Amino acid sequence: MDFELTQEQEAMKRMVKQFTRLEIAPYAAEWDEKGEFSRATFNYMSELGLAGMSIPEEYGGTELDNLTIALVLEEIAQGCAATATYLAVHNMVAGVIHKFGTVEQKLKWLPVMGSGKKLGAFCLTEPNAGSDAAGIQTTARAEGDYYVINGSKIYITSGGEAEVYVVVVKTGGKKKSAAISTFIVEKGTPGFTFGKTERKMGLNASPNRELVFQDCRIPKENILGSPGQGFKIAMTALESGRINIGSIAVGLAQAALDTAVQYAKERRQFGRPIAGFQGIQFMMADMATDIEAARGLVQRAAFLLDRRKYARTMVAMAKKFATDAAMRITTDAVQIMGGCGYIKEYPVERYMRAAKVLQILEGTNQIQRLIIAKDLLGW
Amino acid sequence: MKILVLMKQTFDTETKISLDANGKIDEAGVNFVVNPYCEFAVEEALRIKERLGAGEVTVLSVGPERAETSIRQCLAMGADKGVLVNTGGLEGGDEFTTAQIVAKAIEKVEYDIILAGFQAVDDGSAQVAPRVAELLGIPQVTVITKLELEDGKAIATREIDDGVEIIEVALPAIFTAQQGLAEPRYPSMKGIMQAKKKPMERYSLADLGLDAGLVGTDGAKVKIVELSLPTPRKGGKIVEGEPAEAAQKVVQLLRSEAKVI
Ligand SMILES: Cc1cc2nc3c(=O)[nH]c(=O)nc-3n(C[C@H](O)[C@H](O)[C@H](O)COP(=O)(O)OP(=O)(O)OC[C@H]3O[C@@H](n4cnc5c(N)ncnc54)[C@H](O)[C@@H]3O)c2cc1C
Repeated sequence: MDFELTQEQEAMKRMVKQFTRLEIAPYAAEWDEKGEFSRATFNYMSELGLAGMSIPEEYGGTELDNLTIALVLEEIAQGCAATATYLAVHNMVAGVIHKFGTVEQKLKWLPVMGSGKKLGAFCLTEPNAGSDAAGIQTTARAEGDYYVINGSKIYITSGGEAEVYVVVVKTGGKKKSAAISTFIVEKGTPGFTFGKTERKMGLNASPNRELVFQDCRIPKENILGSPGQGFKIAMTALESGRINIGSIAVGLAQAALDTAVQYAKERRQFGRPIAGFQGIQFMMADMATDIEAARGLVQRAAFLLDRRKYARTMVAMAKKFATDAAMRITTDAVQIMGGCGYIKEYPVERYMRAAKVLQILEGTNQIQRLIIAKDLLGW
Repeated sequence: MKILVLMKQTFDTETKISLDANGKIDEAGVNFVVNPYCEFAVEEALRIKERLGAGEVTVLSVGPERAETSIRQCLAMGADKGVLVNTGGLEGGDEFTTAQIVAKAIEKVEYDIILAGFQAVDDGSAQVAPRVAELLGIPQVTVITKLELEDGKAIATREIDDGVEIIEVALPAIFTAQQGLAEPRYPSMKGIMQAKKKPMERYSLADLGLDAGLVGTDGAKVKIVELSLPTPRKGGKIVEGEPAEAAQKVVQLLRSEAKVI
């Protein structure tokens, strides 16, 4: 057993840390304030290979394992959780095309996704189907050489900005989950339009938008995997996706703690730095411990998934624990900083707003608990 | 064009330095990085190669085993080859002895031009590259912010007080980089993965025919007698009260406590 990172992982972490410090963190507050998605930043990250982390070398990527991707996302999230989130979704989408796509599909989409020319989005949630993913109502019916899609998706990360949409829809069949298939839909396809962009509590550097499909005809060869395999594809995507969200939570929590510690050493009340009060010290000690525990769990889940071991329960634990910890820690960071914590001149209020959504997306933490319980009970 | 870059591994400037029980700098928990000025030199070397569409960039470092990670960092940026002179365990060297080791190692390397950082951010002596130029008997242009190459010669712009100096020099020559020469790129993920497969030559002092004594304490012209940390700044004093009253108090304190007026 070895907890040491490889020299390569260290080098990647170092590069991404530096990149985040200079190219992401200084702009994150402004992006959040203005609700600005920076394509230029995505392009820059793509140049450095961050858009091709789930793409094999022969298609122009670097195909890293889940553990290394987690390390990278943790660093980026320390600067901007929204940027880390859309980058995670993009890599997850490229990852499922790599895993389930045909050679033609891979040739068509992976190189352009790795180079950042095309941004990916993952489209599952609908107005009437969130946690109950198998309850989706968007349909695709076969018609000659085409599938015709009708319905809508909501809250889609990178909606409107992305070029490649992996869309989970119903294709019919007896069992609820077996009736689901997955398609690759390109932006610009007739019948595929965008609805409203959501106004959100946080994570505003990444847009979430409604997708509308109205008799949208897509070529048959755009089906990802086989008909009826869609639910499995979605769950596979979410497994690595949840590790990503867990690592983003760890990065966010770390950034919050670092800011709070720095502040507590400088802020003086009652004649000494507030860090001198044991009440504050205990909070910081608990925050630091939770971060290490979360990091350990996320990395262990990634490790298991990378070895193609059964990881579903561990992934659920990691996602739940890390994001719940991030919520507590960012809240405590605001508390330690008092009024300054609540004010936008400091980043911790933004961290706190971002942390909340990590408990909700890619399966709410209640759903993660259901997964864990199901495993415990053997149901 | 064969471009040789001299690179030193240094502390990250954000590192908090502390001394160990023997009064030496405690390396535990210290982050080591490519000296930022050497990074400018590496970047310039890569740009020269890219402009010419051909060439080879070799990065040479003298230091302990850990210096390898910084050489790999340069390889990840795009350099072709690394040379590490492992001085692990060597004690008491200075700029004079380091220059001797570098000059000796350069005998193993082909070059048309040599680039280096003008100084290292740790001890800031700005001596090693000029000393190497003297030992090799080739021209040097220090603290440059621009470099143009023509047939067999180079035109370099260097910083001087109140202006710049433009110097034409025959190659081979050594140039030392100032900030502004070339903003270093980030190593890409692909670059990082390729770096481990790139060639790395390793030499010990013995391999270079050097006597560890003569390039260590015994050979050094400068001996470090003692290291000490700067005395921590004491917290300031805030004088409270109405402005007029406070000003009076400040004058009093300047007289009685600081004794400066
Ligand atoms: C910023 C953001 C980005 C997103 N990005 C994407 C994206 O890119 N692609 C995409 O497809 N979706 C995306 N989503 C949607 C997200 O995945 C869903 O919001 C999430 O799965 C929850 O679904 P819901 O909102 O419908 O909540 P609901 O399912 O309606 O849940 C409401 C509440 O009920 C609880 N609940 C539901 N069922 C149970 C149960 N069985 N037992 C106990 N409690 C239960 C939930 O935990 C929750 O607390 C995003 C959402 C946000 C906010």
